[in-house]
Amino acid sequence: MSGAVQTGLAASARVRRAPRDPLIAVLVGLCLAAAIGLVLGRPAPYLVNAVGQLAAFAILAVSLDLIWGYLGILSLGHGLFFAIGGYVCAMHLLAHGTVVTGTLPDFVQFMSWKGLPAYWAGLEHAPYALLLALGLAGLVAFLFGLVAFRSRVNGVYFSIISQALVYVAMLLMYRNDTGLGGNNGMTGFPLLFGWPMGSAGAVTGLAVAALLALAAVLAGTRLLVGSALGRRMLACRDDETRLRTLGYATTRLKLQVWCLSAMIAALAGILYVPQVGIINPRVLAPDLSIEIAVWVAIGGMGRLGGAVIGAVLVNALKFWLSAAMPEAWPFLLSGLVLLVVLVLPNGLLDLAGLRLRPTWARGAR
Amino acid sequence: MSALVVDGLTVAFGRFRALDALSLAVDPGEVRAVIGPNGAGKTTLLDVISGITKPVSGRVMLGDRLDLTRISEAAIARAGVRRKFQKPSVFPALTVRENLAIGCGPELAPGLRAERIAAVLGEVGLNPRAAVPAGALAHGEKQWLEIGMVLAAEPRLLLLDEPVAGLSDAETRRTAELIGRLRRPDRAILVIEHDMGFVEAIADKVTVLHEGRTLYEGGMRGAREDARVIEVFLGR
Repeated sequence: MSGAVQTGLAASARVRRAPRDPLIAVLVGLCLAAAIGLVLGRPAPYLVNAVGQLAAFAILAVSLDLIWGYLGILSLGHGLFFAIGGYVCAMHLLAHGTVVTGTLPDFVQFMSWKGLPAYWAGLEHAPYALLLALGLAGLVAFLFGLVAFRSRVNGVYFSIISQALVYVAMLLMYRNDTGLGGNNGMTGFPLLFGWPMGSAGAVTGLAVAALLALAAVLAGTRLLVGSALGRRMLACRDDETRLRTLGYATTRLKLQVWCLSAMIAALAGILYVPQVGIINPRVLAPDLSIEIAVWVAIGGMGRLGGAVIGAVLVNALKFWLSAAMPEAWPFLLSGLVLLVVLVLPNGLLDLAGLRLRPTWARGAR
Repeated sequence: MSALVVDGLTVAFGRFRALDALSLAVDPGEVRAVIGPNGAGKTTLLDVISGITKPVSGRVMLGDRLDLTRISEAAIARAGVRRKFQKPSVFPALTVRENLAIGCGPELAPGLRAERIAAVLGEVGLNPRAAVPAGALAHGEKQWLEIGMVLAAEPRLLLLDEPVAGLSDAETRRTAELIGRLRRPDRAILVIEHDMGFVEAIADKVTVLHEGRTLYEGGMRGAREDARVIEVFLGR
């Protein structure tokens, strides 16, 4: 995660030179300021933890906005990549804990296995686990994307198939025999880089890592969408046939961005799981994947910053309501969706008047 | 050697034959107009040449070696074929200049791009609009931008699908002049158009299609006098 920290700082230095989207610069600055605030201010751990979780959700939302807002591909299965990151991270934490404490994880004892399965070998090493999580998410995305994009599966058909994929993955993970904790998932992570899980140091470290990763992801994706490749993405979104008949291999373009998006979603999962201390097949539920699209739509799609604002606002509201009156949450969420669809077609960024340079149909209205 | 040879091309949609064993040849440097009533197969012909539709049978040879029915749209474009669509197909979210940059194609060296874009901007007269998003252009300007986008790649075969549809008389005249300037010994231009005056102004030869087959091929003057052409098309 120190790698993510360094790229975060380097990339944020570059984003300040991009004059066209002050919103991203503001959000990157806020992330860095919040990270410093968490370290120096030492707020209550539950608050630190909430900030860290929101940052992880914001990364997930940015990953979806990258392909939905800029490439027109609506994935309703992004929970799959989030879960791949989360599961591999959980495996790392349990493998690492087993090495340090000598006690096998609960679910392994429950299955009456003698030790961790062979394919867990090496997962106690964090760099390998990180590579495996990102690589696996990229590979699954590549295979799915290759089949779908080559067959020219587009629009709502792609969305439905992506939803089916996450559902299949959920059914798979609910089986105890799959060997990753089944129904109960994986929990009871003892340590994080030697710190006891749940200690103030671990909680703050995780939240800071999530904030810096968010800053890096925002700055990096902003550079991407501002590049020549980003302009091809918008061209592909608006008229793929036209782009193809100008000599561009759109399947490759879509595949590249799709895999990148999946890996960013996996990164969000890696950062999320140690903060909540558990992963189970619920993260693969189709409604969670749909909710990601709702965050992006509410915040304002095709702006990266809108995705962050949507993810943070909706989830902050959810945190607060799930304590205050959990039964009201579905109604509030549906209400927000209706409000956005009817009144604010470009999401909350419309409301805030922050649409300084909307990327879709600029000046067309 | 012909620039483009269409040989026995048949395209079927269900039981309907949009093209029925159609054959034609276009010479390098030639401007060929394809005319015909609605449903004659004009746009389908361009769809096959640009790779969007695959035929049931027949070949489309570019030069004498490359069969376009066997390769992808992107590969066809990279072989030097560019198409201007009937509905102005520009990228609304990108500026005029960004549209032209994409029009240069993926293979042009970035160093040459600025020069090429400047030349095309001048050619289609969109210099003052270079920084405007394409979505904000007037209809005629979009038509011209799209012509600019397909020109930017310096194609050896240019396909124009109704380039003056919806344009004013003055804009139509300017477009005819532009197409006159696009002629080159090494470039063939295939134009689909309904505007007969425009066709007469630009085309060396016309091919009249009817129900997926060639009804007439030759000069525009001859077409106006041909009894079959008059019956199916001009007479109505």
